[in-house]
Amino acid sequence: MKKKLLKLICAGSSTLLTALMPGIVLAQDVLDSGDTAWMLTSTALVLFMTIPGLSLFYAGMVRAKNALSVMMQCFAICCLMTIIWVLYGYSLAFDSGGFVGGLGKAFMAGVTVDSLSGTIPESVFAMFQLTFAVITPALIVGAFAERMKFSAVLWFMAIWVTVVYAPVCHWVWGGGWLGGLGVLDFAGGTVVHINAGVAGLVAAVVMGKRQGFPQSPMKPSNVVLTMVGAAMLWVGWFGFNAGSELAADGTAGMAMAVTQIATAAAALTWMFSEWMSHGKPSALGLVSGAVAGLVAITPASGFVGPMGALVIGIVSGYGCYLAVVKAKRAFGYDDSLDAFGVHGVGGIIGALLTGVFVDEDLGGSGLAEGATMLSQVGLQAVGVIATILYCGIVSFIILKVLDSVIGLRVSQEEEQVGLDLVLHDEQGYNLSGN
Amino acid sequence: MKLVTAVIKPFKLEDVRQALADTGVQGLTVTEVKGFGRQKGHTELYRGAEYSVDFVPKTKIEAAVAEDLLEAAVEAIVSAAGTGSIGDGKVFVADLQQAIRIRTGETGDQAL
Repeated sequence: MKKKLLKLICAGSSTLLTALMPGIVLAQDVLDSGDTAWMLTSTALVLFMTIPGLSLFYAGMVRAKNALSVMMQCFAICCLMTIIWVLYGYSLAFDSGGFVGGLGKAFMAGVTVDSLSGTIPESVFAMFQLTFAVITPALIVGAFAERMKFSAVLWFMAIWVTVVYAPVCHWVWGGGWLGGLGVLDFAGGTVVHINAGVAGLVAAVVMGKRQGFPQSPMKPSNVVLTMVGAAMLWVGWFGFNAGSELAADGTAGMAMAVTQIATAAAALTWMFSEWMSHGKPSALGLVSGAVAGLVAITPASGFVGPMGALVIGIVSGYGCYLAVVKAKRAFGYDDSLDAFGVHGVGGIIGALLTGVFVDEDLGGSGLAEGATMLSQVGLQAVGVIATILYCGIVSFIILKVLDSVIGLRVSQEEEQVGLDLVLHDEQGYNLSGN
Repeated sequence: MKLVTAVIKPFKLEDVRQALADTGVQGLTVTEVKGFGRQKGHTELYRGAEYSVDFVPKTKIEAAVAEDLLEAAVEAIVSAAGTGSIGDGKVFVADLQQAIRIRTGETGDQAL
């Protein structure tokens, strides 16, 4: 009763204060320079994940004749997504609306030097979110690498980010229905990784296998570049996960810690799994495990504790290992660089386990009021299934339409020569000096 | 004149070059090649995809030598390229009909 009275007085006086001083702004609308500094840094880190991190990671895994093509696809996607984002993408994702955001922020309307989003400039928020809209389509490149026409890549990505990424991003982070239901996705398990993984799987199936898959050798051109790229992804991912707190605070700190823990655990798990089944540990396996761990901890990063992260790392390392090494072969689809096996499967594992390890008893930040672990895992499953269904169906339609209008694949002969020379009149490697 | 062709382990190239130079061989042509003999290839594994590599990388050297240098040259290659393990390679000797130095037009042993 006493408390209630105090609250009433406080509320009354603050109303009075606001009334007396109309110029005063509410607490959450004040720019915080610490938060802003961290978010500027995070934005740069996440961009660094795509160019050069993911680009190198992928370029090293394809054959030498296609190395430049995947780097170019990632780079061009980065540019294209930026333009789409400032024209209408940001608005579709983050303007208020229903199924998808409105067009109130199209052409970056209202984003000025002084406009704020929480405690950071809205310009920084929009650019931070842009780097997610850049890396998500770029991840899909791994699934159809070495056989898709460059023009088809650009068309597909432009349409996909508009009708798949922007709506799903809006559902989870833009005030849409999944976020409203209480689905937990701290940094993009559904929006980024399941979305990209499923789109990749659909693309791999619709386009068909590369010539010679799986009987002919398709050796990675440069595993050194792949390791360099994976290391850059790891570093950049601190911006991705700890940056998703949108502030420089304790949650961001814990997000960074759990990111490191899960990644290391997953990398070792993959390495030891391969060591036990094949007899030797491989560099590609080690870094593939690291990426699997990074993916899986993404939705969980702001919610789980260090030991939860350890378990998520181990489960995702082994789960993705099975998906890539066993399942892909069993089903026979040609997901060239395992966009689905790592990002799709890792994203699903992470999203579901977020519902488990968010529990305070397991070291997490705590379940929402009234939620049980079971109900939260159920909610997480709703998020996963909704993303898989929506993304899978719409991606399929886009690909089929594009295939009939402009064609998705290069010709058989062009595929044999390699995309670098055929599509770009260049070669990634001119080691002979001629 | 004889043409000595040897297929050796790539990392032995510098030893072989030095040994041949010590015997007085004046020139050498080197090519990176692939092939197989009794030494089997190996397998490589990338994310569960296992590829068997049947052709092993080797280095091929070719040297044209005068008759009187032949024995020493072959001996030099064999001792310098040998490790005692499988895959050390082979030396082939063939008759050489003619040799011409392009710059001067010299022929035969003079051209070597």
